[in-house]
Amino acid sequence: METITGSFAVKKGLAQMLKGGVIMDVVTPEHAKIAEDAGACAVMALERVPADIRATGGVARMSDPGLIEEIMKAVTIPVMAKCRIGHFVEAQILEAIGVDYIDESEVLTPADDAHHVDKHKFKVPFVCGARNLGEALRRIAEGAAMIRTKGEAGTGDVVEAVKHARAVMGEIRRVQNMAEEELYTYAKEIGAPIDLVREVKQLGRLPVVNFAAGGVATPADAALMMQLGMDGVFVGSGIFKSGDPAKRAAAIVKAVTHYNDPAILAEVSRNLGEPMVGRNVSIMPEVERIAGRGW
Amino acid sequence: MKIGVLALQGDFAEHISTLRRLGVETVEVRLPGHLDDLNGLILPGGESTTIARLAVAFGLMEPLRDFGREKAIWGTCAGAIFLSKDAKRDQPLLGLMDITVQRNAFGRQVDSFEVDLDIPELKAATRTEAPYHAVFIRAPLIESVSGAAQPIATLPDGRIVAARQGKLLATSFHPELTPDTRFHEYFLSLAE
Repeated sequence: METITGSFAVKKGLAQMLKGGVIMDVVTPEHAKIAEDAGACAVMALERVPADIRATGGVARMSDPGLIEEIMKAVTIPVMAKCRIGHFVEAQILEAIGVDYIDESEVLTPADDAHHVDKHKFKVPFVCGARNLGEALRRIAEGAAMIRTKGEAGTGDVVEAVKHARAVMGEIRRVQNMAEEELYTYAKEIGAPIDLVREVKQLGRLPVVNFAAGGVATPADAALMMQLGMDGVFVGSGIFKSGDPAKRAAAIVKAVTHYNDPAILAEVSRNLGEPMVGRNVSIMPEVERIAGRGW
Repeated sequence: MKIGVLALQGDFAEHISTLRRLGVETVEVRLPGHLDDLNGLILPGGESTTIARLAVAFGLMEPLRDFGREKAIWGTCAGAIFLSKDAKRDQPLLGLMDITVQRNAFGRQVDSFEVDLDIPELKAATRTEAPYHAVFIRAPLIESVSGAAQPIATLPDGRIVAARQGKLLATSFHPELTPDTRFHEYFLSLAE
């Protein structure tokens, strides 16, 4: 009997196992243990959380494979890592060390200003950010097996994640109401392959798992994204830039499970200590915004 | 027939969608009160450590154990780990099934795989002949069974990937990820 590895079904399948869960950014094996103990369903291993990438400036690249491997050794849950947009060699390196998912991420400085990684060529699955349906379907066409909102990473301001989630969900609702013959022009307008637009109409959702990311800092933020229809939540700087990371991490995990239960949300939101300081995206200069990276 | 799906974390929506296709009433179980009046319960795929921690936090451990002593429970992947007596690691388990599991037994995600399995008990229960296409995602292996637990599916090399103990069922793979509804039909026959 033939055994198949690296198929789209197993790539997409791992993302399905992450649903209803929280994926946390961690920069050390100790952070990774705290995240796992708090109930994270996966961790994102990196050298600096997005808030520090913003503060440091310069070129942000793939993390040291040695650090990622240490984090992989520290936990039993899946470990993700980021490569730069279009940097397929960083992706090859991450696949070689055995990470479970690659985030081709706008948080790092793009390596290609016109093309993304051809993700079909890899056995390891990829997650990519998207601000709208067209961008999500272009990434899926390139082989992404999971989508997330871009939000505005490292700000602690959830407004951009809400904007992107509403855009994708609203466009899906519009597609569902379109006549078959209207799909061709719509596909052209949003720059997405017609087959995937048809699939969205049929399914009433993206064909892959869709998480929230970028600016989630509180249990209420996480539950808000779930109520907007996201399948789960990434929390980047929001946990380890807060006053009590272990407590906040556990609270956000509970909030994602009980996102529709305000009494439990009130309970888990109590006495969490200081949230990350945050930056208001609406008064942030255009050059500092990273969600626009991606083609 | 009313089947609950533990909805703490994981792919519970995929199980619910398969059950609905079979015309079964479903309930998302997040708190102990949600177990009332169910004929059976599915523990979905997901991260077993996450599911276990949430079950402890929301007082579900004992109610789930009580449920499993009388009624049918099926655990897929993480759910199978949660049902087991021993996962060779310090994490909360229901300990309902006499099976020892090895987590992430096949390696990391790049080693996740699909394969056709010959499962005589499934074929007999559903009166079908076709092999069963199974999807394994960072899957556990059922290293050994003891007591009343019996293996019901193995890989071609003999390693156990599904077991049954009375009304309790454990599978390393994910029937909720494929269009084949036979495993869910088989579980419904145990829950009846």
